[in-house]
Amino acid sequence: MNEAENKKTAKILNEKTIEQNFLSSRDYKYGFVTDIETDRIPEGLNENVIRLISEKKKEPSWMCEWRLKAYRHWLTMAEPHWPNFEYGPIDYQAISYYNAPKKAPKHKSLNDVDPELLKTFDKLGIPLTEQKRLSGVAVDAVFDSVSVGTTHQSELEKVGIIFCSMSEAIRSHPELVKKYLGSVVPYSDNFFAALNAAVFSDGSFCYIPRGVRSPLELSTYFRINAADSGQFERTLIVAEDNSFVSYLEGCTAPTRDENQLHAAVVELIAMDHAEIKYSTVQNWYSGDKEGKGGIYNFVTKRGKCAGAHSKISWTQVEAGAAITWKYPSCILQGDHSIGEFYSVALTNHRMQADTGTKMIHIGKNTRSTIVSKGISTDESNNNYRGLVKIMPTADRARNYSQCDSMLVGNKCRANTFPYIEVKNNSAVLEHEASTSKINADQIFYLLSRGLDMEGAVSLIINGFCKEVFKELPMEFAVEAVKLLEMKLEGSVG
Amino acid sequence: MIEIKNLHAQVGGIEILKGINLKINAGEVHAIMGPNGSGKSTLAKVIAGHPDYEVTKGEIIYDVNFKKINILELAPEERAREGIFMAFQYPVEIPGVNTSVFLRAAFNEICKHQGAEEMDPIDFDLYIRKKMKLLNMDDKFITRPVNVDFSGGEKKRNEILQMAVLNPRFSVLDETDSGLDIDSMRIVADGVNKLKTKDNATLLITHYQRLLNYIVPDYVHILRHGKIIKSQGKELALEVEEKGYDWLS
Repeated sequence: MNEAENKKTAKILNEKTIEQNFLSSRDYKYGFVTDIETDRIPEGLNENVIRLISEKKKEPSWMCEWRLKAYRHWLTMAEPHWPNFEYGPIDYQAISYYNAPKKAPKHKSLNDVDPELLKTFDKLGIPLTEQKRLSGVAVDAVFDSVSVGTTHQSELEKVGIIFCSMSEAIRSHPELVKKYLGSVVPYSDNFFAALNAAVFSDGSFCYIPRGVRSPLELSTYFRINAADSGQFERTLIVAEDNSFVSYLEGCTAPTRDENQLHAAVVELIAMDHAEIKYSTVQNWYSGDKEGKGGIYNFVTKRGKCAGAHSKISWTQVEAGAAITWKYPSCILQGDHSIGEFYSVALTNHRMQADTGTKMIHIGKNTRSTIVSKGISTDESNNNYRGLVKIMPTADRARNYSQCDSMLVGNKCRANTFPYIEVKNNSAVLEHEASTSKINADQIFYLLSRGLDMEGAVSLIINGFCKEVFKELPMEFAVEAVKLLEMKLEGSVG
Repeated sequence: MIEIKNLHAQVGGIEILKGINLKINAGEVHAIMGPNGSGKSTLAKVIAGHPDYEVTKGEIIYDVNFKKINILELAPEERAREGIFMAFQYPVEIPGVNTSVFLRAAFNEICKHQGAEEMDPIDFDLYIRKKMKLLNMDDKFITRPVNVDFSGGEKKRNEILQMAVLNPRFSVLDETDSGLDIDSMRIVADGVNKLKTKDNATLLITHYQRLLNYIVPDYVHILRHGKIIKSQGKELALEVEEKGYDWLS
């Protein structure tokens, strides 16, 4: 829509009731499909498919062996059904595990990338070419199974930072990949992590050398395009002593009636005095009003504070996907290390989310903070599930947890499942929880002071999520607010 | 400035207002008194445009730039932007939203509508502090979330602060005196008196004559069973205090 049309729509919306407002403005604007020729491995999963993936990526044999080990282990495992949501069976033989745009992987310069792909990322608000790319943010763009390009690479190389696709890292930095891949999330960790280890196609690799503070925000944008396929990416970030990096992740997918599987793994490693800040704005297609279609998002994210005084901070805004199963966690191994989890999870229509975190305290004087904000609307189902575990070695560990739920309407559900295991008497844990409703009185109060519906909802949501939004990088916070507003419009009143 | 004509309104299918007529000129203060359930608060909410109240008949004519418009055709936020303000009987809490952020958002919406320039946060801070000084209010107010953990008196004073900041032409104060001790009431009344000009008008809705010792009305109206049954000067309030409402019916 151009600006004039936008204005016109806004005017009409003001005049109509909230109900209608809801129908026209909650459309998913990233739902388009790019028509592009792909190199695709047909549906199905067996050892030959895995060998083929490895071969297509020209991987060394140790990588292929690792994949096969993971696959064999996966065969012995069962899909977990303990989360508090329901979904139909996933047919793992009906998924294509490799889909690469044909012209993508060989080029050296981003300017040689298939224009169709560049156009797609432009449309998503992620321009990649030299002239248009975002300043201050280096982006690795992943389209279906492969990375199509990474911006600002040379600038980062100057300070010794390696930021590239996982495939490239396996070829050019095998010693680093070999050392750290699977060191935080082993392939045997869980069903989806094992599947990912067997078939992962791409993702980002990031290495921050000792003493370097990344001059740019690093970012990966994940786009699912192909039908009947899954996306299985793997991200690995290593921060050496006294280094700092802030990393952002965004994701979208086309509107389709069939469900699609996304099973990713993210591993973070922070050495002495290193800090990793990892932010996600997740906006996968979430299905329609009746719950048809949408992404199944089964993700394992875990960070290890390996060094003393290290810090890992997860910030997530989860606003998409039909199903979200995700618990970004911190293993606080180094003494005085810090883990943080700030989350806003919004569910609408019939979305189901079971998300939270795990904080495992091992080192002495380790500290963790959990702030979770769940917003559920329509007929959605929103669950916080979190574990705080204090090991016997973790003297004077501290945790603060706060879990707030906001209900909009009266057909939605919100649950909180906090688990606490303490094996050291010197630990101090605090837990706060609240449930509130955004109500018509609040809206009317704000309207009667001159704010319009959009402004009123945005103010209330901003207030509710303030502690989380302030952790996001500035431009992402603005995006996140807009995203939530769009999803919420009309369900309040 | 504003004229209510034969106003009928219902909530949940029950008619509460049964033909209200009331004319208020610029520079005037009117008081509406009446027993519980007479429709006082309903009138305030209908003027502000609360969605639960359905107007079945009548109109509210309001002067905007020498034109007469029926505000019942405007959305609540449009009424606010035209200078209509209601001080709530029960101000609503908005957790996490800083009072000054909220007030600036509202103030700028009104500026935008009136064609005036929006104020940046620094200028607005100076502006709001001036208003607070006028009302003898503590600075701590504006950094706290809107009405959260405010005492009853603080909530009511926050309403008057909003009135001072948004500078409406027509204000309805819905039982602003209820739940206030004598000192708080004096502060609130003092604020309302200071905000009075020859260009604005105020409608006080109250149970008790008490408030009218501090804010002296030009006219007093008695509301009963959804109709104004008597209108007179300020002396009517004293008479009601002495005799109750029954002698009027």
